Amino acid sequence: MNSILLIMSVVLAVAMIAGALMAVYAKRSMAIAILAAGAVSLFASVMFLILGAPDVAMTEAAIGSGLTTFLFFFVLRRVRGGEHD
Amino acid sequence: METLLDLIGAGLLVLGTAFLFLGGLGLNRMPDVLNRIQVGTKATTLGTLLTLAGAGFLHPDWALKLLLVALFLLFTNPLSAQVLARAAHRSGHVKLSEDGIDHLAEDQGDKL
Amino acid sequence: MVEGLLYLASMLAGAAFLLALYRFVQGPNAVDRVVAFDVLTVISITAIVLVALVENRIVYLDVALVYALLSFLGVIVIARYLGKET
Repeated sequence: MNSILLIMSVVLAVAMIAGALMAVYAKRSMAIAILAAGAVSLFASVMFLILGAPDVAMTEAAIGSGLTTFLFFFVLRRVRGGEHD
Repeated sequence: METLLDLIGAGLLVLGTAFLFLGGLGLNRMPDVLNRIQVGTKATTLGTLLTLAGAGFLHPDWALKLLLVALFLLFTNPLSAQVLARAAHRSGHVKLSEDGIDHLAEDQGDKL
Repeated sequence: MVEGLLYLASMLAGAAFLLALYRFVQGPNAVDRVVAFDVLTVISITAIVLVALVENRIVYLDVALVYALLSFLGVIVIARYLGKET
């Protein structure tokens, strides 16, 4: 039964690396970079769950994915509005 | 010791993840944005609901919480698909049909 | 028998995850990437349920509920931003 968790953690590690590279190298669209950063946080939440810490996983999903994504989009809209004025 | 309920639950798990696999395959094979939204929402919703039902067969005392998750997914997944389709239409990624009729733009033009 | 079917289910979920990840990295425009992100979160909810079955703990299903709520809110915020941008 442990090899199921091993397969899942390897796939999640690949997904986290790909998402982090996308968040760094997305030059065209800032929204895509924010989306990729939120995706990395969501995958890290599943990884914490596999490592056996459901409370840390819940906190990571709430803070890292929810609050940070909302805050970044709020700031992005404000910054774009400042540029046009 | 494996009862009949356990076998039914494991079979539903495999069926649900097979639908998830078909959804991931269709996400790569479909040619258009709207087709991808359709296959990425319908197939994965069915797959997740079947997986949750299989988990409920494997552990019957988890049924209430699994039902809550399934109900939540059943409400939110079509809603996100609709919002995504409207965003795709507004940002101009949707190919129009041959005669160029766009009823959604006409309706929004009336409203705006 | 049940254990073997659990192995098969986790293999299929991992393959679906990798296929959706390919579309998430490769997608031509932004809406494709958001759709792939939605599919990735739904597959992750299934993965959380599979982990709960393997570890035999009911507490993990709470994480699945919080995960579904937050991913849905994230997709709504991003879609509204993309619709208002142009």
